[in-house]
Amino acid sequence: MSDSSHHIVSYRTYGLILVLLLCLTGISVAVTQIELTRWTMAVALLLASTKSFIVLAIFMHLKFDEKIFRVMVAFVFLVFAAVIIVTFLDYAFR
Amino acid sequence: MTSQTSESKVHKTYLEEDMGRKGIFKWILSTDHKRIALLYLYSMMVWFTVGVVLGLLMKLELIAPGKTLMGPQAYNATFTVHGVIMIFLIVIPGLPAVFGNFLLPIQIGAKDVAFPRLNLFSWYIYVLGSILVIISLFGNGPPDTGWTFYAPYSFKTGTNMLPAALGAFVLGFSSILTGLNFIVTIHRMRAPGMTWMKMPLFPWSIYGTAWIQLLATPIVGITLLMVAGERILGIGFFDPAKGGDPLLYQHLFWIYSHPAVYIMILPAMGAISEIIPTFTRKTIFGYKAIVISTLAIAFVGYFVWAHHMFTSGMSGTALFTFSILTFLVAIPSAIKVFNWITTMHKGSISTEVPFQWAASFIFIFMIGGLTGLVLGALATDVHLHDTAFVVAHFHFIVFGGVGFAFFGAIHYWFPVIYGRMYDNSWARTGWIVFFIGFVTLYGPMFYLGMKGMPRRYFDYLEEFHGPNIISTFGALVMITGLVIIVTNLIKSARSGPIAPHNPWGGTNLEWRIKSPPSLENFDEIPVIDKATYKFD
Repeated sequence: MSDSSHHIVSYRTYGLILVLLLCLTGISVAVTQIELTRWTMAVALLLASTKSFIVLAIFMHLKFDEKIFRVMVAFVFLVFAAVIIVTFLDYAFR
Repeated sequence: MTSQTSESKVHKTYLEEDMGRKGIFKWILSTDHKRIALLYLYSMMVWFTVGVVLGLLMKLELIAPGKTLMGPQAYNATFTVHGVIMIFLIVIPGLPAVFGNFLLPIQIGAKDVAFPRLNLFSWYIYVLGSILVIISLFGNGPPDTGWTFYAPYSFKTGTNMLPAALGAFVLGFSSILTGLNFIVTIHRMRAPGMTWMKMPLFPWSIYGTAWIQLLATPIVGITLLMVAGERILGIGFFDPAKGGDPLLYQHLFWIYSHPAVYIMILPAMGAISEIIPTFTRKTIFGYKAIVISTLAIAFVGYFVWAHHMFTSGMSGTALFTFSILTFLVAIPSAIKVFNWITTMHKGSISTEVPFQWAASFIFIFMIGGLTGLVLGALATDVHLHDTAFVVAHFHFIVFGGVGFAFFGAIHYWFPVIYGRMYDNSWARTGWIVFFIGFVTLYGPMFYLGMKGMPRRYFDYLEEFHGPNIISTFGALVMITGLVIIVTNLIKSARSGPIAPHNPWGGTNLEWRIKSPPSLENFDEIPVIDKATYKFD
């Protein structure tokens, strides 16, 4: 990546992201007080995934980096998802 | 690859370059990828010796029914420590850490790996993991779970399970960091003109391997931490009494440990793909097919793990899915074998020692691969699961595959690494003795398994006595071969005749620079203008 295209994230953005992550953590804790029955796990995973996405995009700079890195990370998530699905071919059909 | 100006300079090899350090510090503080490769090689030689001795002890115990050398507890501990050492300390790091480190940068035209300090750090982590494994031998006695650390026994046994599991956990970091280093090196540091399709096949195999190291290893790390959590805190992930599931452990363990087989075998295949064209004086047949099959093995190899669990009580859907996937992964492996054989076809074959190792690799690997299909089929696996047949199959693939390729590779690249030649007649003798010993050691286990002899027992029925005697005799022959090979190589590394330039007529970059290479490999970064494996 050439210097001219090097993106610098401002401290303000980092600060806002930090606050957002803390808020989402607070929501994750608060939501456990609500009886969501079978949606409990889905909500927890949704919140955790949102936080992960923000960290990857901003803190880990994927949003501003070359496309190849986004492709690599996407590939990793696809493999991970496939592993989960294949594992559940056991648990779901026992 | 050296300019006229640099030709006139005195060639100082990486072995002579001390960077102002003395004694052992020349090695343990060096960030040169070649020295780090040798650090791994020497560390592994020590561990390999221990592993072989433990293996021999097991074979001596099995020379007759009943207790001969050791009782059941000692036998359980011996096969566990043998497995942990051989798998986690030898065959998983084996070819990537030694030959990947030494050759990858040279073969892609780079001066070093992308992160040299991280590379040295990876070796230190390897040593730390090794020390933890040693610690497990003391105190409450060595672990007795088998190298798989299966739950729930792994968190119930009173033996020293924790240090061994933590050792494997720590070793995983070494593997991850090495994989990361290699991926970045291949993406970022290829010489000008070296496009992906001009890259030699060994770096391609290291690339596929590195992705597995990066993606699969964290899973076993987390799994072993979960076992530690079970032992220390009694959380209950895998404890049925607390609502846990022991099969979850097996899934998590094999999600890593089956791809780990490809961490072992892919670089071995890469080394074979380098040796065969050189000694047949022919361009490798189906370069693209080998590249694609390398990546296909790396990818499909992720999704076959549960064939280790066919008798564990999984759902029927999972059973047939994993059986089909297991058969699928055999296809790219077979493609490679066909490519190697077709490369030999009508080639000008020179039966030097590295070629003999490569040819015997194909023979042994095919037996290992085809017996793998027997175990991948659901019906036959029920009969053969946890028998000596599995041990034979496993050793044909892991020791036969990786071991034969490793010895082929060290005999092939020996002139590059040390700038010396080995004694050819001793090397040939070592190979044939080792080969005969190997087949005699593991061959009878196929028969024993089919007849129903279970694995991991210190005792057996009288009807299994004969083949076990043959097998133990094979172990002694194989170790004789090993002693010949290793003695010859050590002696030659110290005082063998100086190797001529490019003694085998190889075409890759490592054969176009002086041997041993200089600290930075190249005086000038080479520009690649033609595909490799072109023999004039």
